Amino acid sequence: MTIDPWNLAAILAMGVLTYLTRITGFLIADRLPKSGPVRVALNALPPAVLTAVVAPAVLSGPAEAITAAVTLFAAFRLPLLLVVVIAVVLVATLRQILGG
Amino acid sequence: MQPTASDASSTPAREFLAGATAIAPAVIAMVPFALILGQQAAAKGLSPLEMLAMSSIVFAGSSQFLAVSLWSFPAPVAALALAALLINLRHVLMGASLAGKVGHFPKWMRVVGPYFMADETWAVVERRALATRLTPAYYFGAALTLFGCWQIGTVLGTFLGALIDDPVRLGFDFAFPAIFISLALGFWKGARQTGPVMVAAAVVAVAVHAVVPGAWYVVAGALAGIAAAVITTPHEAVTP
Repeated sequence: MTIDPWNLAAILAMGVLTYLTRITGFLIADRLPKSGPVRVALNALPPAVLTAVVAPAVLSGPAEAITAAVTLFAAFRLPLLLVVVIAVVLVATLRQILGG
Repeated sequence: MQPTASDASSTPAREFLAGATAIAPAVIAMVPFALILGQQAAAKGLSPLEMLAMSSIVFAGSSQFLAVSLWSFPAPVAALALAALLINLRHVLMGASLAGKVGHFPKWMRVVGPYFMADETWAVVERRALATRLTPAYYFGAALTLFGCWQIGTVLGTFLGALIDDPVRLGFDFAFPAIFISLALGFWKGARQTGPVMVAAAVVAVAVHAVVPGAWYVVAGALAGIAAAVITTPHEAVTP
């Protein structure tokens, strides 16, 4: 149960830079205008980030695309945990069937 | 700021619990990956204490996976740090968006809070801020639950060794897209307003993902999405 000094140095360097990425958005947000195009951009950011994260995974194969469509439909009426269970079981099953 | 009637009736303890409950599906989906990360770190020669140090000091899943895959002895400090910076650049955009919803938090919370801002926590609290005023208790309920379970899971993984099956074969990798799709629904404000954002983000993310290695596709897709919003929004319709 030891920590190698080089490993600790790498972990600290990663940690400092990662925290900088996390705090920077909060620091610059105070200087951003409260209306106009910048505000439109920030309002659009959550759906833009979520879509960007999801799109390559969804379009990586037929099993994933079908599961995403079912997930979208299920998410309108079912609780999140159930939606996740359905998605995981369905994608695993479809990958077996389709050989994905 | 839109205070609602629910503010009066909700105690901090209840808000904390609501945050923890909201993040629970993401926590459950995360467990197999935490175990795998710990297992791979142990295979690379990292001790459980080093795993705990990385999970608590860095606390960023995808960059930790990349770091462990790149790890060698002595640790390539500059390469590992640069990789973490590039993968986590998306946090800048996420923080800029979330800042307006935590403006009423005490200052120390606005300094400490971002330390715990994982993707899943960010998505859950952004979704909450759509419905009601975000409270510190809700934020930290979600954030600390995920943080604590990440520590336990990754450290446990270093002891479990090869006991864990392949999470991709079992479909666990698709839990995260499922969570994000469900949360994205909450941001839908009609085809005219949100349609161009999602289409642009999806097309650019897929294209960049196909040709550029690493996590650039998230930043590129997000920027394309917000550019589409700015271009398609009439100037007179600009309201907070």
